[in-house]
Amino acid sequence: MAILEVEALSKSYRQAGGESTPAIQEISFQVDQGEFVSLVGPSGCGKTTLLMCLAGLLAPSGGRVVVNGKKVDGPPPNLVLVFQEYNRSLFAWRTVLGNVLFGLEAKKNSSRDTEKKAKHLLGLVGLEGFERHYPWELSGGMQQRVAIARALAYEPEVLLMDEPFGSVDAMTRLELEDSLLKLWKELKTTILFVTHDIEEAIYLSDRIQVLGRRPSRVIGGVAVPLSRPRDQLATRADGRFMELRNEIYRQISGDGVS
Amino acid sequence: MSLSRRINAPGLATFAVLILLWEVSTRLDPVMGAYLPPVSRILQSLFQLALSRELFAHLTVTLGRFLAGYILAAVIAVALGIILGYFRRAYNLCEIVIELLRPMPSVAIIPVAILMLGIGNATIVAVTVYASAWPILINTIDGVRNIDRTLLDTGRTFGLGRWRILRAIALPAALPYIVTGLRVSLSVALILVTTGEMVVGSSGLGFFILDEERSLRTSNMYAGIALVSLLGYALNRLFVWLDATAMKWHRGMTARETL
Repeated sequence: MAILEVEALSKSYRQAGGESTPAIQEISFQVDQGEFVSLVGPSGCGKTTLLMCLAGLLAPSGGRVVVNGKKVDGPPPNLVLVFQEYNRSLFAWRTVLGNVLFGLEAKKNSSRDTEKKAKHLLGLVGLEGFERHYPWELSGGMQQRVAIARALAYEPEVLLMDEPFGSVDAMTRLELEDSLLKLWKELKTTILFVTHDIEEAIYLSDRIQVLGRRPSRVIGGVAVPLSRPRDQLATRADGRFMELRNEIYRQISGDGVS
Repeated sequence: MSLSRRINAPGLATFAVLILLWEVSTRLDPVMGAYLPPVSRILQSLFQLALSRELFAHLTVTLGRFLAGYILAAVIAVALGIILGYFRRAYNLCEIVIELLRPMPSVAIIPVAILMLGIGNATIVAVTVYASAWPILINTIDGVRNIDRTLLDTGRTFGLGRWRILRAIALPAALPYIVTGLRVSLSVALILVTTGEMVVGSSGLGFFILDEERSLRTSNMYAGIALVSLLGYALNRLFVWLDATAMKWHRGMTARETL
């Protein structure tokens, strides 16, 4: 069952001269409940614009987004966007625990065991013992873990992630990918993950949508038949992994450099 | 703001030399001593006045007016500043009025306050509120305007309405700016309370200073001045301490960024 439907979504920005340039054009796709779907595309192809529209933070110029059967008109409940810039999204005046508690408070979840719940989530993202620290005392990778725990505390049915591992180092990135898969399996949240890293998309997803150059539209897609649980070494060494990578690469480069 | 707690020996020496010069020169020249009594005489007056509890009564009155004016200004200016900083349209509505009133020296409204509120507490407090609200208001507006877009979008994606975003995100995010405004207003409020007391008061340290001058009790006048200065100093120390306690997160964060 589709939990997220995107129908002919377009967004144009008005330039200084008064003319409008399209950032995304007639994008359509669906994400099923519990699915892990990635959107890959070249840098600057309007992926962030697309996510902002899906999250209801930006009004589209055309088309519509439907979440859980309801047309998006402002930020939908049960959907949260995780930003790429964790350092700009975390609350510097709240501790790590306080940040995660925010997710529960936002849900108006005022039961007595919120703190227990927040601590449980911090354990899941591997941040046990860092409850009393402030975000800026942590490394980039750990900060993004806080942001993910905060988003999950909100118990969203759909989690949108905008290149969440784009600004951490390569080793941390692999760890974060595995953490995310573990959380996804445990919490059964639907995830729409945006990245420009083809291999990251294959490693994480059930299905991948390929976006073309600006103005962005869907130019292709692949299903990922690799078995789960995935493993950084075995999965990436799988022959099908290579084939998928080549296929996506062909789709992107076949888009024609105009 | 010196964060270090070490004792500044050269600074203390300068202070001691000045006091000594003051004491000696005023003792050597009796004419000058009439306008500027020796430090020891002033301290003696301060001590006697403290014993008679007269000065203490004036101090309490001044402190009360200061607190009333300052706290009222803080509440009004922070609330208004957050709204004006966040809602562009609200700011546009008020922009010209703010730009016109802001450069006006606040003491210029004392006659207006006298006309409307008469001679007494209300005038002194009202003028203090008016003057000390400005630095807080301007800083709060700036603070809210400088909040990262991503931070506000975070609130929105978590389903927060506008008012909850203001309270849970805009207010704490703008707090470093607000604190700067509160700090500037601290001295502004004390200046206005003292001035107000000099103009319309029948009690308070400002009144006392002027009254002793008119009665030619010069060393008492200086004792009053010393006490107002001490009050300003004490309030400032208290503020620095509160700031350091409440804003630990900000100090730690900025210290890290400049590493």
